[in-house]
Formats: sequence, structure tokens, C-alpha cells
Amino acid sequence: MSRPPVVDLIDVTRSFTGPPEVQALKSINLRVEKQDYLSIVGPSGSGKSTMLNILGLLDRPSVGEYYLDGALTSLAGEAERAALRGGKIGFVFQAFHLMPHRSVLDNVLLATVYSGVPRADRERRARAALHRVHLDHRIDFLPGTLSGGERQRVAVARAVVASPQLLLADEPTGNLDATTSGEVMDLFEELNADGLTLIVITHDKAVADRAGRTISIADGRVSETT
Amino acid sequence: MKLRMPRRGRAERGPAPDEAVDRGGAPLIARADRFSAQDLIVEASFGIGARPTRLIMTTLGTVLGIASLVVTIGFAQTAAGQIASQFDAVAATQVVIEPGSANSLNGKERATGSLPWDAPDRVSRLAGVELAGLVSEVPLDAVTITAVPVNDPSEPPTLGPALMATSAGLLDAVRGQLVTGRYFDVGHDARSDRVAVLGSRAAERLGINRVDSQPSIFIGDSSYTVIGIIDEVERRPDLLDSVIVPLGTARADFGLASPDELQIQIALGAGTIVATQAPIALNPNAPENYEVQAPSPGSALRENVQADVNIVFLILGVLALLAGGLGIANVTMLSVMERVGEIGLRRALGATKRNIAHQFMVESVVIGLLGGLVGAALGVFAVVVVSVMQGWAPVVDPWLAIGSALLGAVVGLLAGVYPAVKASNIEPIIALRGSN
Ligand SMILES: Nc1ncnc2c1ncn2[C@@H]1O[C@H](COP(=O)(O)OP(=O)(O)OP(=O)(O)O)[C@@H](O)[C@H]1O
Ligand SMILES: [Mg+2]
Repeated sequence: MSRPPVVDLIDVTRSFTGPPEVQALKSINLRVEKQDYLSIVGPSGSGKSTMLNILGLLDRPSVGEYYLDGALTSLAGEAERAALRGGKIGFVFQAFHLMPHRSVLDNVLLATVYSGVPRADRERRARAALHRVHLDHRIDFLPGTLSGGERQRVAVARAVVASPQLLLADEPTGNLDATTSGEVMDLFEELNADGLTLIVITHDKAVADRAGRTISIADGRVSETT
Repeated sequence: MKLRMPRRGRAERGPAPDEAVDRGGAPLIARADRFSAQDLIVEASFGIGARPTRLIMTTLGTVLGIASLVVTIGFAQTAAGQIASQFDAVAATQVVIEPGSANSLNGKERATGSLPWDAPDRVSRLAGVELAGLVSEVPLDAVTITAVPVNDPSEPPTLGPALMATSAGLLDAVRGQLVTGRYFDVGHDARSDRVAVLGSRAAERLGINRVDSQPSIFIGDSSYTVIGIIDEVERRPDLLDSVIVPLGTARADFGLASPDELQIQIALGAGTIVATQAPIALNPNAPENYEVQAPSPGSALRENVQADVNIVFLILGVLALLAGGLGIANVTMLSVMERVGEIGLRRALGATKRNIAHQFMVESVVIGLLGGLVGAALGVFAVVVVSVMQGWAPVVDPWLAIGSALLGAVVGLLAGVYPAVKASNIEPIIALRGSN
């Protein structure tokens, strides 16, 4: 029996009821296999974030089906979707979304709280995740004292600490310069090599080119550019 | 291919099988530790602790409200205790009977009846009467009371002590205390002996503090032997300023026509029955000719006093508490607005709506509880300090302190409902986009 794809979108449409009504995604079909590294490019307003929100179970398709890891997500209730977000999906945002009053370690620990990592295991795993993003020396710092690249690496550590199947990143290098964005991309490649499935939205051609596979969205429609 | 999600009634609770067993890489995750009560408390306390100054401002209204409630009720309890102790000791066991009076035609007050000389004997047979005694003021006219015979006409007349006449049993009926010597007895009374007992202040004025040498005082020109000094007359404090002689002596020497007042010490609660029966025992033909002062039945008086103290301050306290609750609701709402990004992040990390609502509820309950604790402590402190300064015994029910602290938590709970519901209804996609 073959492994189901991590992501399988079948004729997914997302429309926002207006007025005027906006069809942000139009009948999308997309398969992402395990350990794929996919980048999504497209002009502003083309529907990239909308797609990522659906993939991350933060939003639901208006029409069509989304199988995550072979399971039909439309059957899951709100609480179950929250559990899937906590356990199977990791997010990285352009704006980092770190909690300013809490240490680097606490920020990473926050993801273990909602994903059911056993209490006794949490700190060990948070430290391991920070080690993996090469931030052992910043564990007790507050986010405000870190550089942009370091902050995004903390966010990546938080995204992977609960061992998700799928990492979703929306413009992860949008606030970073070329050098620091290079650091983050290196990190993504390492994680991908370790078996993580990655979907990264980007404007940056250099970033998109490092992915194994690139799709572009224009006006809510997908075309593969590999 | 249709694979169903494992159905869980409440996915966020309890362990559930993870169907992704065959997938390499990601180790299995036990669900048992998903946002437990401990996590809830930790997350809420981080939320509260992040802004200590604001926390103080937020709790201020609740602190004031709870403190004023504790102070109000505490003082009411203290005052009630104070009043009760006085009422129980004196008023609740005291009946006073005087001859009735009416205004006569020439405008003067005229007694309509008179107390018989054997009044104490008559009423002491009634149920509920414990002790009884007669007391009467003796008009002195131009006669003065001195410790030495005065024969010096050039000396200016001084205002001497008053002269009182009582039955032998009066001292006990008014719960007086002997400082030294003895009170006169029925024999002195019957024989009209020239003996006198001094009130403590009168004794001081006359320069007499011992009676073992049988000192004499002079009422006019007649000498009287002092046999005792009394103090602590709760019901007739004017006796302390007086020279007291037996009723029989007053009748013989000063022509006293009839006694002024009958003092009766009764059993607690016997006020009503004694008040109706005593006038009949005194004069069966005209019991209406007496004025009776008896304790009001039950403790209606005391309750009135307490209710008067409570209502105004209680309303003020409740208003302050309301303001405090609105303050908490306001600040919690503000903090929800400020933390929209955080809420979106938590939802993305796997928090359910319910997790978010609980977090803000707990934050607001803890703020309320803190305000309640501080307010209760301040209130108790204020009651104790003021009471001690006034010389009262502070009475604060421990349940008042505990209950009011918990009331703070309840205020926080109510104040937190709306912000918590608002927070849990924030859409994560909007929350996460908002700060981009
Ligand atoms: N909640 C919403 N209600 C109505 N329209 C929306 C909503 N969210 C997105 N849209 C619309 O859907 C379209 C796609 O938006 P989306 O955010 O996915 O674009 P994007 O590709 O991520 O753009 P960018 O590169 O600027 O981030 C846009 O036209 C946007 O206005
Ligand atoms: Mg976008």
C-alpha cells in the first residue's frame, strides 16, 4: 500500500462573500508528497496566503476537499482541527509572532503546551529544537534583543518542536536581508533533508529557486513551473 | 479513498490514538498533556504578570469596593456588638416605673399617682423580677451638706452634693458596687437611723475615703454617720454625686412625701410581662397611673441600628465594586485587543476557542481575586485600627474576610465573560494578518 500524499487538494475553491464576491482560489488541485519542498510564488493578492491558511487548517475551502495525511479534513470539527494544527502542522510567519515578554525558551515551549508533548519531555525537546536552529547560546534571551534572522530561527524552532508532518511558511524571509534569509533557507534545507515536508510562500526568486518544486499562483489559479 | 478522522467527542481532552503510526521521522505524541489545568494557570499568570503597573490600576476598583464592603459590614458588626453588650448588660434587664404625670390647669406638671413605700416587696413577687429598689431625690432647699459643721456666715455657700433616699435593696437593683463599708439595711430604714452612704464622687468632694473610723457628715446641722461608699452605678449614675440616706430617715427628717422611682432588675426577656404586671401589683385600682420604661421585645432596636449603619455604605461599596468590575472588564478587553496577534498565534499552535476563552477568564478571575484579597486585608485592618482607637472591641467575622475575597473573584469572573467570549471568537487568519 502506497503512502498517501501529505497534502491532497481536490478542486478547492475559496470565495469570500462580498460585495463584491472575491474568488481568491479557483478550483485548485495540488498534491504534495512526503519530504517535498514546495515554494509558492505569485503576485500580491493572487491567493497565496489564502491557500496557506487552508493548508494550515486555519480556514476551510468553500468548495472541494482537502486530505491531510490521507484524512479528509472537512469531517473534523473545530477542536479536532485545532489538535491537528498543534500536532501535525508547524507555522512560520513573516512577522515572527514571538511573545515579547517571554524568553526564547518559553516561546518555543508554548508550542508544546497545545500539541500534547508530555510535560516531562517539553523542555528537553525545546532545547533540542533550539540546538537544531543553532541558538543554544540565546536560550534565555528575550526576543527583543535578537537580530531578525535569530528571531526567525526561534520561530522555526517553535514550529518544529512538536515534530509536525508539514511546515508552512508565509514569506519567512520577507523581513530579512539577503544574508539572514540565507541562514533561514539553509535551515529549511536541513529540516527537509531530515524528512519534513515544506511549503514556503515567497516573493523572492532566490528563495523560490532553492525549493525542489515551485508552483505559481496568478489570480487564484495554479500553474506548475518545474 | 476516504479515510475518516478519528472521532473524538472532545478532541482537546484525553488521550486519543494517533493514526500516523507507520510514518517515519515524527515520533508519536501523547495527547494527555494538551493544555492541562496547570498549563492554563501558567499561561494566565504570564498574561497577568506581563504588565504589573496595569495590574495594580486594574485591581484598584475591586480593592476599594471590597475594602468598603468589609469596612461597612465590619463596623456594623462591631457597633452591633458594642450596642448589644450595652443592651444586654443594662437596658435589656431594666424596668423603671415612675408615677404618671399630667399637666394641671395652671400649667404645672402634677403626679397622677404615687408609688407605695412597700413597692419593692409588691413587685418582687412577680415572675421575672429579680431585684427591686426605690429611689427618690430629697429636695434640700437651703440646707447644705458638709463634712464639718458650718457656723461661719461669712463663708460663701458652696454647691454641695445632692441628697438621695433609697430603699435598702436599691444598690443591688442598680448593680452598684461598694468601694468600702456597707450599704444600709432594712433595719436602718425601719428605725430611721441617721446613717448615710456616699457616692464615690460625692465622697471625694467631702474628703472622705475611709469609713472604718465612722466619719460624720452634716446635713444642715444634723450629723449622719457615713457607713459606706459606692461606685459603678450603671443605671443611676447620678447617685455617684449624691449622699444617700434610707427612705425612712428621709421621711422622718425631711418629710419626703413619696418615692420618685422604682428600679427593677428583671430576667432577660421578661420586660413585656413585668411591664404589664408591675403597675397592677402597685395599684390594682389604677394601674394606668404609672409610667413604665421596659426593654422593647426582642432586639428590634438593635436590628434597626444595624440596618441604618449598613444601607448607605453598603450601597457605596456595591457601587465601588461595580466600578471595579467594569474596570476589570475594560482592561481585559483592552488586553484582548492588544494581544490579537498572540491569540492568532495560539490558535495556529493548536489552541481551541475554549482554551483561549479559559485563559482570559482565569486572568480576569485572578485579577479579581487579587483585588478581593488586598481589599479584604485593607478593610479588616481599617476596622481593627479604628476600633482600637475608639476603644471598641473589633468584631469581624472571618467568613466576611474570606467571603469578600471570593466576591472579588466572582466579580472578576463576571467581568471576564464578555472579553473571553470576544477573544475566543477572533478569527485566527484575521488575527495573524492583522500585525503583518
Ligand atoms: N477575509 C477576506 N475577505 C475578503 N477578501 C479577502 C479576504 N482575505 C483575502 N481576501 C482577498 O483574496 C485575495 C487573495 O488574498 P491573499 O491574502 O491570499 O493574497 P496573497 O497572494 O497572500 O497576497 P500578498 O502577496 O500581498 O500577501 C485578495 O484579493 C484579497 O483581497
Ligand atoms: Mg499573503
